This record gives sequence, structure tokens and C-alpha cells, in this order.
Amino acid sequence: MKDRAFISIKGISKHFGKVRAVDDVDLEIEKGEFFALLGPSGCGKTTLLRMLAGFEVPTAGEIYIDREPTAAVPHFLRPVNMVFQNYAIFPHLNVFQNIAFGLRKDRLPRPVLEERVNDALALIKLDGYGARRADELSGGQRQRVALARALIKKPKVLLLDEPLGALDKKLREQMQLELRDLQRNVGITFVFVTHDQEEALTMSDRIAVMSSGKTIEHGPPSQLYDRPRTRFVADFLGTMNFFEGRVAGSDGDGLAIETDRLGMVRAQGPADFAVGDRLTVALRPENIRISPHTPNDDVDTIGGTVSNTAYLGDRTHLYVTLEGSDQPVLVARQNMDGSGSDGPAGHAAVSLWWRRSSVLLLKSG
Amino acid sequence: MVMALISPFVLLIGISFTLETGAQDEWVLSLANYQAVFEKPQYLRVLGRSLVISSLVALTTVLLAYPAAYFIAFHVRGNKMMWLILITLPFWTSYLLRVFSWKLILGYNGVINSALLWLGLIDQPLDFILYNTNAVVVTLAHAWAAFAILPIFVSLQKIDRTLIEAAHDLGENSIAAFIRVTLPLSMPGVIAALLLVFIPTVGDYVTPKMVGGPNGLMIGSLIQVAFGRLDNWPLGAAISVVSMITVTGTVCAFLFGIDRLKKLVARA
Ligand SMILES: Nc1ncnc2c1ncn2[C@@H]1O[C@H](COP(=O)(O)OP(=O)(O)OP(=O)(O)O)[C@@H](O)[C@H]1O
Ligand SMILES: [Mg+2]
Repeated sequence: MKDRAFISIKGISKHFGKVRAVDDVDLEIEKGEFFALLGPSGCGKTTLLRMLAGFEVPTAGEIYIDREPTAAVPHFLRPVNMVFQNYAIFPHLNVFQNIAFGLRKDRLPRPVLEERVNDALALIKLDGYGARRADELSGGQRQRVALARALIKKPKVLLLDEPLGALDKKLREQMQLELRDLQRNVGITFVFVTHDQEEALTMSDRIAVMSSGKTIEHGPPSQLYDRPRTRFVADFLGTMNFFEGRVAGSDGDGLAIETDRLGMVRAQGPADFAVGDRLTVALRPENIRISPHTPNDDVDTIGGTVSNTAYLGDRTHLYVTLEGSDQPVLVARQNMDGSGSDGPAGHAAVSLWWRRSSVLLLKSG
Repeated sequence: MVMALISPFVLLIGISFTLETGAQDEWVLSLANYQAVFEKPQYLRVLGRSLVISSLVALTTVLLAYPAAYFIAFHVRGNKMMWLILITLPFWTSYLLRVFSWKLILGYNGVINSALLWLGLIDQPLDFILYNTNAVVVTLAHAWAAFAILPIFVSLQKIDRTLIEAAHDLGENSIAAFIRVTLPLSMPGVIAALLLVFIPTVGDYVTPKMVGGPNGLMIGSLIQVAFGRLDNWPLGAAISVVSMITVTGTVCAFLFGIDRLKKLVARA
């Protein structure tokens, strides 16, 4: 069994009556990884996390943590700790007592205990907050206390259920980086649940995207973003333009695809499509450029009319209507050096181009 | 509304400072009633015993009510309201009826004695189970159980279940999690229940009269006798005022003690 990963989830299912909250999930997580479970609300992320923690008993399957089967290990003996979605700070205890809660069984002498808790407080940058009552803390501080309370147990795995969900945008972005740094410093494996794709992309070593209880795809953030293999992941991460098409021909360097709105498109797509196959062509808005002239012959172009624009500060979204279709294509243009008000406005005729290498081919359906 | 609340109270205090002369429409101010209360050891002894009995009743009631409230709050999945009603249903019958049924159960020819006789465990009926302090405590505890279940249930119901999961997550088994999280968080309900039972039972006179015997006598009985058979209202009022002040003092001391205890625990 040496080749088994640090955490290995094998054919795990959890059914609540007729609801298949988690449905035959297989995952492997390496030691020291920052692993994100990403998916829309209700897809089973929390349920999967609770099975790792031992709060839910799987309907089927087996979970190995540190290569040991966990089925017979009750939740309070697992080498796993959890940061709860609402933090679950004990309201009748102060910050010190909250953080020290899990150390009772270690029977540490008072000075040692104080040192450990104070170290934990320093780790989360809350030095001197020990005597504060739980209801005297801000959301971000509660989140840190929950983190310290779990980390002081030195778990093999830390489970985090949307730990940043309750924080405002600025604080969330700051905590994302802090959490990432913290994880690198302590070297503990983090399994992190979120429905925020940006958060997952920013923080994780690897992401598993879930939908309706199943894992759809997993891999490093850049792989899932740049080379998704399914329409669900392509759509869920970032924004994407989709076109329906059919393989018209293939040659040495790729496929030629007849699409509904883009005309003939060439792609260096995977070879698992044959002539005649139906497929979906996907193009990121930021990979479509607007320019009167095309740089070289490794690109495809199409003409259109700008029907609408949306200024987003760092970039502008242009909705470009193509000939013979009223569903516009979304094009993102970076605004650099105050160029936000430049460029084509409504009803301007434009020429779009994109590199063949950025064309994604996905199975239809 | 405020007038309606305080006027009987003011009247009571007023009466307690008058003297019973026997003559109509003649009111003499005097401290004689209070003198009587403090000089005759009987009154203070009965008052002290009332406080002890009521404290025992409050404790017993809460010990009985806690498991019931806990069961409904944590183990009933469906309609908790229905369970609450079902469990408290026996307490909806008349108070007198319930006291009387305890008399039937504990009495010389009562259910317990008959059962023990029938089982051959005793040769003749036990006479020490009725007409004593224990009988008063048991009967009162049963009578007030419903009032203790409700506040405890509410405080248990309010506890965020993830707090208990967090305790498990941090390595505590069910018993330790109960002691370290559930119990302290339900203390407001327990304290409310203790007071809710303690305060009114101090003045009870029906139960002591029916099942208490001479040793189960409580302060309420003396007040009732003073107002009733003796027709000495000023004396009755004085006993009432003294017992009211004592109860208030006891409650304050209790709450103060709890507060100190909380601070002590918080520092540990
Ligand atoms: N104890 C339960 N009893 C019945 N159904 C449940 C239970 N817990 C979860 N479910 C169902 O299982 C599915 C998955 O729930 P889960 O909480 O895992 O979703 P989630 O991905 O964490 O969603 P969110 O992002 O909203 O937190 C949902 O349809 C939910 O209604
Ligand atoms: Mg969830």
C-alpha cells in the first residue's frame, strides 16, 4: 500500500434518503497540499468534508488518511481538525480558552500551555487578545481564532469549510494570501471548501471541481482554467464563449471545425475527435483581440459590430455581434495607462482575431 | 397596570405595621407583629425549613426536567412542540388533583405500599413515606416539573449544534463535550428554572398540608393560618413580608454566588 496517496478517497458516496449529496467520488490528496473543493451551492462539498472529519458516515466507499483507513475511527480521535463555516467559537469562553480547548487531554503544565497558546496567538497576529470574549471579536478575528484553535492541535489535515465566506471583499483577499502563507509555514495539508472560483484559483495547489455530488475534473488551477476538459469546468471557472460545431477536416497540425457562429475555425485540439464529430468550441474573452490587422497566419479572424460595452475598471467588456447571429461574443480588453475610454464604442465595426492555440475543444453536451 | 401590581404589596406592608385590637375601624401603628415573628422561634424555624424544602424541590425538579428537556431538544427530530406538550400534559390537570394523587401513591394504603406488600418485600405498610418532608419534596417537584422543562428546553434549543461538533472535532467525546459546552451554555435556562420553582414553592401551603404532616409544615401554612383561622391579618402580613424579604435575599445571594463562580471559572 506504499503507493497510496496521503489522503485517498475511494468511491465515496453519501445519500440522504433520495438525495445523492456525494456520489462515487475518487480523489487523492498529497501531503502538504493546499487542495480546494470547488463547486456551486448544494453540490456536496460540505458533505464530503464532513465525511473526512468523521461527522458523516459514508453510505459507500472508504477514506484513508495518512494511509490508514478511517471507517473505524470516531470523529474525536481523527488526526484531522476543522474550521467551521460559521467558525463555531465557544461563546462562553474567552479567546485563550477557545484556543486551548483542544489541549485539555495533553495535561500541559500551565506555563507550557500559556506559551503554546501565545505562540498560536502570534501566528494569527492576535497577540494580547487572550482575555477577549468571543463576542468582542470581529468576523476576521473570529476566523483567525478558529484557525488557531484547530492548528494548535497539530492535525495531519486541516479542513476548512468556506472560511472566508463571511468576510468582506478586501479582508477576504488579504486573508487569502495570509492563509496561503500560513499553510506554507506550518506545512499542514489543507482541504478547503469554496464556491468562489477566484478564491480557489488564487489559493490552491490543486482544485477538484464538483457538481451534483460528483467530481467533474481536478488539477492545478492553471490547467483547469487554460485547458478544461469539460464544458462545466470551462463555464464555472471564469467566463467563456461557447460555439457549437462539427469537425470538418483534419490535417497535420490540427482540426478544422465548422461552427455555428464563427464560421470555419482551426484548432490544435486533442486528437480524440474524428471528422464528423459534434463538439463545442470555447474561447476565453481575454483571448479574443480586437485589431484592424492580424499579426500572422497562426490566427483566425472574423468581423463583427460592437453592440454594447461594459467598463470594469481594469478591463472593458465588449459585446460583439457577428454576422448572421444575434447572440454576441464577449471580448475582454485590458485597460492600461488609462486607455479605458479609448477603443471602439457602440456600433463600431471591428475585426476579431485569436490564436489557434487558445481555441478549446470540448465534448458536446 | 403598575398600580395594580404594587397596591396589594403596599397594602400588605401597611397592614403588617398595624395592631389587631379586635375593634372595628381602629388602627394602631405598631411593630408588635414583627416582634412576634422574631421572638417566637417557631416562625423562623418554619421559614428556614421552607427555604430548605424549596431549595430541595428546585434541585430535584431541575434534575428531573433536564434529561426530558435534553431529550426533546437533541433527540426529537420532528415536531418538538408536540413532544413538549405531550410531556407536560400530565401537568395540565388541576394542581390539587395532582397533589391528591401523590397522596394516593405514597399513602398508608397507597400504591407503593400495596405494591411492596404484594411483592412480599414488606410485612406491613411503611408509614414514613407520607406525611414528611420527602413527600413534600417529591410532590412539589412533580407539580413544578413542567415549569422547569420549558426554560431548560429553550436554552438547549438555542445552542448552535456546530459548537458541539467543534468540541468533538477538538478531541472531546460526548460526555466531555456535554460538560464543557452544552451544560455551561444551558446554565441560563437551569438558573431560570431553579428560581421559577424555588420562589413560588416557598409560599406553598396546599402540598405541605396534604402530604407534609407536622414536619413538612411550611411558612405558607403559617401565613394561611394567621389570615384564616386566627383572623390576625397584621401578623399574617408581617410573616409574609419577612418571608418575602428572606426569599429575595436568598435569590440575590444565589445569583451573586453564580456570578462569582462564573468569574472564577473564567479566570481558570
Ligand atoms: N443532513 C442532511 N440531510 C438531508 N440532506 C442533506 C443533509 N446535508 C446535506 N444534504 C443535502 O445534500 C446536498 C449537498 O449538501 P452540502 O451541504 O454538502 O452542499 P454544499 O456543496 O456544501 O453547499 P453550500 O455551498 O451551499 O454550502 C444538498 O442537496 C443538501 O440539501
Ligand atoms: Mg457547504
